[in-house]
Amino acid sequence: MPSFVKNSKDFICGALLIATAAVFAYGLLELPIGTAFRMGPGYFPMVLCGLLAVLGAVILLNGILIEGEPIRSFAWRGLINIVLPVVFFGATLRGLGFVLSLGLTVFFTTIASVHFKLWVALVNTAVLVFFGWLIFIWGLKLPIALLGPWVGGY
Amino acid sequence: MDIFSNLALGFGQALSLWNLIYCFIGVFLGTIVGVLPGLGPIATIAMLLPITFQLPAVSALIMLAGIYYGAQYGGSTTAILINVPGESSSVVTAIDGYQLARQGKAGFALFTAAVGSFFAGTISTFLIAGFAPPLAQVALSFGPAEYFSLMVLGLAAAVSLAHGSLLKAIAMVVLGLLLGTIGQDLYTGTPRFSFGMTDLSDGLEFVGLVMGLFGIGEIVRNLEDEHERSVLVQKVIGLIPSRAEFISTIAPILRGTALGSFLGILPGGGAMLASFAAYSFEKRVAKDPTRFGKGAIEGVAGPESANNAGAQTSFIPMLTLGIPSNPVMALMIGAMIIQGIVPGPNVVTEKPELFWGIIASMWVGNVMLLILNLPLIGIWVKFLTVPYHVLFPGIMAVCCIGVYSVSNNPFDAYTMAFFGVVGYVLVKLDCEPAPLILGFVIGKMLEEYLRRAMLLSRGDPLVFFQRPISAALLIAAILALVIVLIPSVSKTREEAFRE
Repeated sequence: MPSFVKNSKDFICGALLIATAAVFAYGLLELPIGTAFRMGPGYFPMVLCGLLAVLGAVILLNGILIEGEPIRSFAWRGLINIVLPVVFFGATLRGLGFVLSLGLTVFFTTIASVHFKLWVALVNTAVLVFFGWLIFIWGLKLPIALLGPWVGGY
Repeated sequence: MDIFSNLALGFGQALSLWNLIYCFIGVFLGTIVGVLPGLGPIATIAMLLPITFQLPAVSALIMLAGIYYGAQYGGSTTAILINVPGESSSVVTAIDGYQLARQGKAGFALFTAAVGSFFAGTISTFLIAGFAPPLAQVALSFGPAEYFSLMVLGLAAAVSLAHGSLLKAIAMVVLGLLLGTIGQDLYTGTPRFSFGMTDLSDGLEFVGLVMGLFGIGEIVRNLEDEHERSVLVQKVIGLIPSRAEFISTIAPILRGTALGSFLGILPGGGAMLASFAAYSFEKRVAKDPTRFGKGAIEGVAGPESANNAGAQTSFIPMLTLGIPSNPVMALMIGAMIIQGIVPGPNVVTEKPELFWGIIASMWVGNVMLLILNLPLIGIWVKFLTVPYHVLFPGIMAVCCIGVYSVSNNPFDAYTMAFFGVVGYVLVKLDCEPAPLILGFVIGKMLEEYLRRAMLLSRGDPLVFFQRPISAALLIAAILALVIVLIPSVSKTREEAFRE
């Protein structure tokens, strides 16, 4: 963090808000704005974009001017081990099917905890796949194949 | 139509076999998540949203409502027995409740909490029945300008009562509104902000958004400081209090109910605010305030009645105006929209069976909770011995399958993952994700009313101040924000949330 920043939380927060406003402003370029009388699809988002950028700027300034607590360290292990399995689940459910995709997702997830034990993870995985099947496939009749085409299913 | 024939219609709905079952599932799950710290009603309702697609609208909303007020009961049990408030709304209950438990009066405290909650639940059920329809009538006469101003007031009040920085809360609302504009434009059908992704052309998936922010994000946050819960449970004896003890709880229960019912109706209100306010009120009216913190039964009776009353009356603005006063109500509105119901004053007249069914089910649910809670306390406490590292893979599994089941589209899982990261980062930066959800849910309606009002006024923004009701609502909104900025108020606000 640069030395002129007194509150890194506010500084980062403001910067991220401005960046978000910029992304949406880019999206606005292709939208007709219209007038206040007949608002186009871009009018309301444009107002919001401006508002978000202003709020971001004020929060950013706060971060430079007003002293605050430093940001606490990120839980990278937790973040990666929780978010990546979700992506994995989305990417493989159709290909691998319900049993393998959910099983692997849950198993990878358990690694996120500092209390990881192999046998607990395996039992937990088996139990969750069974109950997942019971509730969602058998009970709610979701159309998901148990074994997907990648592993010889249908 | 009088209130009693309406309530009869409602009880007809609520007492049908399937609705009884769904009500039971709701209050049962609610009690469990109320007991478990680290899993709240917001995440649970978000997780169950996909399942509600398969249910009729009445059953779905009855179940989700049950989770919310069920959590108020469950949260108090653990607050009293082991000084672990399962919910933010029972934080203050732990102060005196746990002291009572240490003095061997756990049974008395639990009995008072349950009876107070039940009494408050009963009164507020009738309050909703009495006040909601006239309020909806008033709202029916609103034009787009009034509606716009009403929603602005709702959002302003919600952020002013949120904890943390006001500026950041407003920024979160605006971010939520902006995320809500993704998807087709209401009038022209022009796709907005799809950024080249066809999956975004119908807008952000609500379920993926809330599950990411509150489900996935919360897991990461909880894993940050993982520690084993040691559970030392005081033995529960003497559930039924003596006559004198019982009489001493009557006044605080009445005060808590009144205060909670009122604070629940306010935009931004709900169970948490009600319980905090009731505790400080009881302390103020007590003859001997020094007893508080050392096991004063008023410190249990007041807040416990208030949080249940507040949880229930916060349904009034949601059911009659379509305005969420807290994130749980935002999820309820999301569930209604998913069911194809347009939230607003028309719900009372066009879907009376839904409206009155939900209200009646609240009372039925309260009876179930009274029966569930007192004799089964031992079982609820057992849930606490389940360590978090065994629990969270289950939450993950439900979130993953649930989000996929909405439209069998892997993209929804990616949305959830993305907002899981966003949710975690926001909390790291001291931004509450709750106002974001309020903004997202209200966004489309807010834009529609704004555009209609401006069309009618031929582009003159002064219309919002020329119409008296609209002007009053906007002034109230500005006041709600300005009051927070007054130094003395902002100080007490910070103190109230710090406890």
